[in-house]
Amino acid sequence: MNSVSVRALLVRGMLAGLAAGVLALIVAYLLGEPQVDSAIAFEEAHSHEHGGEEAVSRALQSTAGLATGVLVYGVALGGVAALAFCVALGRVGRFGPRATASLVSLGALLSVYVVPFLKYPANPPAVGDPDTIAKRTTLYFLMIALSVLLAVGAVVLGKRLAPRLGAWYATVAAAAGFLVAVGLAYAFLPAVNEVPEGFSATVLWRFRLSALAMQLALWTGFGLVFGHLAERLLTPRAATGSRAGTTASAAAPTR
Amino acid sequence: MAQSAAPATSSPVIPEVTPISLKEIAPWAVFGGILMLVLIYFVGAEQGATSLVSGENVHEWLHDGRHLLGFPCH
Repeated sequence: MNSVSVRALLVRGMLAGLAAGVLALIVAYLLGEPQVDSAIAFEEAHSHEHGGEEAVSRALQSTAGLATGVLVYGVALGGVAALAFCVALGRVGRFGPRATASLVSLGALLSVYVVPFLKYPANPPAVGDPDTIAKRTTLYFLMIALSVLLAVGAVVLGKRLAPRLGAWYATVAAAAGFLVAVGLAYAFLPAVNEVPEGFSATVLWRFRLSALAMQLALWTGFGLVFGHLAERLLTPRAATGSRAGTTASAAAPTR
Repeated sequence: MAQSAAPATSSPVIPEVTPISLKEIAPWAVFGGILMLVLIYFVGAEQGATSLVSGENVHEWLHDGRHLLGFPCH
């Protein structure tokens, strides 16, 4: 195994992230945008200064702008997840490339998104006081960093415990440790609740659900696409036949 | 082939995967990781809490994505 495969895996991770981003974009456009529009209608009905001329039209924001954000996010996180995969492969247990990719995706969905989301959920336009943006941004990124660090810590702890407790109970113990630590973080970090008076609970619920659905689509797509690509790269002999050039550059695990 | 720490579960059904050495990953992780963080910063926070580029255009262009990806927007 050499550095060619790290580079090759990183490239595949970014490509898989792009593909997953497209999937998330479809979900965002179909499920999320109607809620954003409803929220903006509320914002304009209760407007302070937001009226006036727009720097970027709604038509662009909801299409090209949305696509830019989601696709760049997909590529970036796909790259990071591929690097995490490089570390996890052969180290978290007896899993092949596809299974490892699925586990890394699940771990990323939970630690990068779901755990921070449960404390600081996504908010539609009109929800959130502009004066507290700095505090909210700091708390949100802090929560992500904390959650990722705790997840990595839990995996390391699980590996340490495995020889003594066996894989199953080591996993249970590590997961329990993770949950307790996350619970403590939830309890001690300050709450943010800035939903304005009269904002539709239905719109808020649907917006948050669609934000969650986007991430589910992103990470499911990434896990499947990247798992497929990584498996093909790392075990070229498994898929014989139709492929010619791709295996030549692949660094197969020599055995 | 180096056996990893896994104890003697001697079923040869699942072939052991050789881990990629951390030394090989490190330069990619540092460079790639920093690059990715910069991208995420621009998608998630530029012209929100902090601003490197003046004006509102980055914020406005990424407005919907930022809301739907869960970042605090305004």
